[in-house]
Amino acid sequence: MATRYIPTIGLEVHVQLKTRSKMFCGCPVEYGAEPNSHTCPVCLGYPGALPVMNETALRMTALTGLMLNCKIAEVCKFDRKNYFYPDMPKNYQISQYDRPICEEGGVPLHDLAYPKDAQKAIQHPGKIVKLVRIHLEEDVAKSTHFETSTGIDFNRAGTPLMEIVSEPDIDSPEEAFAYLSALQQILVYGGVSDADMEKGQMRCDCNVSVRPEGTTELGTKIEIKNMNTISGVRRALAFEIERQIEVLSKGGSLAQETRRWDDGLGQTSLMRIKESAHDYRYFPEPDLLPVDTRVFMEEVRKQRPELPAEKRERFVQSYGITDYDAAVLAADRALADYFELAARGTSKPKALANWILNDLLSALSDAGETIRECRVTAAQLAALLSIIDSGTINAGQGKAVFADMLRTGKDATVIVEEKGLKQESDLGAIEALCQKSIDANPKAVEEYRGGKTASINFLKGQVMKLSQGKANPAIVGEILARLLG
Amino acid sequence: MSADFDVRHTAHLARLELSEAEAAKFQSQLSQILSYVEQLKEVDVSGVDPTAQTAHTVNVFRQDAEREWFTSEQALANAPRQANHLFIVPKVIE
Repeated sequence: MATRYIPTIGLEVHVQLKTRSKMFCGCPVEYGAEPNSHTCPVCLGYPGALPVMNETALRMTALTGLMLNCKIAEVCKFDRKNYFYPDMPKNYQISQYDRPICEEGGVPLHDLAYPKDAQKAIQHPGKIVKLVRIHLEEDVAKSTHFETSTGIDFNRAGTPLMEIVSEPDIDSPEEAFAYLSALQQILVYGGVSDADMEKGQMRCDCNVSVRPEGTTELGTKIEIKNMNTISGVRRALAFEIERQIEVLSKGGSLAQETRRWDDGLGQTSLMRIKESAHDYRYFPEPDLLPVDTRVFMEEVRKQRPELPAEKRERFVQSYGITDYDAAVLAADRALADYFELAARGTSKPKALANWILNDLLSALSDAGETIRECRVTAAQLAALLSIIDSGTINAGQGKAVFADMLRTGKDATVIVEEKGLKQESDLGAIEALCQKSIDANPKAVEEYRGGKTASINFLKGQVMKLSQGKANPAIVGEILARLLG
Repeated sequence: MSADFDVRHTAHLARLELSEAEAAKFQSQLSQILSYVEQLKEVDVSGVDPTAQTAHTVNVFRQDAEREWFTSEQALANAPRQANHLFIVPKVIE
């Protein structure tokens, strides 16, 4: 029988922090500015220029550590990582080596973080992927490769970059996907990064190996670079695991190497073989003093937001909505805030959740908009629900009114007024219509009186038609029952 | 330590090409410097916490505020080659 292979995956995620200025100088952090216009002697690596730490970047990293349940070091420091590359003119990168800000901790994987097609068969529900550490460093310049030369833009050089290193604790491409989406969610919740992979705000290197089932020693580790979507990471890992298994089961062997993912071709290809371990000659950065985090941790603790998992639980508890609905709402902080704001104006949070998750989300997705761009405010949606609830309009009319609200941004009551949709609750008028429908449908009346009570629904439908949908269906039911009684 | 010192490895890390004569000369000179520094090992430091700093202070921070410095023209003023506001260097192989 063929050997089964077990994959082992570890991820290194680089995250751009949402600071206004760079890590060690006051140059603005701005994406898409004219190349080299946000530069100074510090981030261009001029001799003698001295770095000074951006306190906000340190706090954001500590906050990330708190959100991911890490141990926050009381004292941490920066080191120089020495190597030569044109994107880093000092010939060293300021990073953290042996005393990072955060250690240990983990990223909890919730069901909705998995790819949709994998949510039905989650291998380890409730898994928390362990972290090794989180440290802070400076980003390097952006290189653009041309035919015969390379162009360098230092606007990105020296911007704060947080590196989150996982243990080799991930068992499948689907879990890697879940890890990245859960992590992204938390980073956005904490306001530390927008964490958009396509914009390079979150970048990921994957280490992956396979080993025969039943053995404990990890196989040869291969690193994959150049992935710019979370689904790309999943595809790259799936391809690479297959490739490694194929090589090994044919009796071949793997070399430690770095491979590049090509999403268009759907395959990884060799970038370079690791000939020897890098010798970065780390040493303490003499231009920077150590950081004692205790001076700001009390304030950072106060900044810690309610996290998706906590919010989900609270929504179930305080609003009585289903766990699934709560999870979908909590997955997006803006959506969760919208729900909560609207819930203040309604007594029916369950109905509200349905409206948001079905009508609102599908309308937004059709329009290619996000909740932030939605023309209907939370208060307006709550007001719509309350006029449906009071019987002023029925549910079907409510959907039509909602469609108008999305288009125009007008209040529900205004649209109801304009369209003359107000439900007919005038008993005399409804009774006349009921009588009309009874007179016109003797067969249904006979059936009803003969014991087939469901026939009343047919009559009710006729009344609704006669009223052009304006009659209050509950009142119609009552009157019909009385007239037929 | 000085006996293990390999000038070739250090030269490679610094991307320096040394001739045979230079390698021999620097091997001996740098080894002497290392032996000299090694005298520090004779000091009894059993009661001293290791540190990389002598300033006896921590937390010198800046507030997260931006300021302008160079324009791209100024940043590129000394560049041997430039195009489209970029520094141009020999092609880098990733």
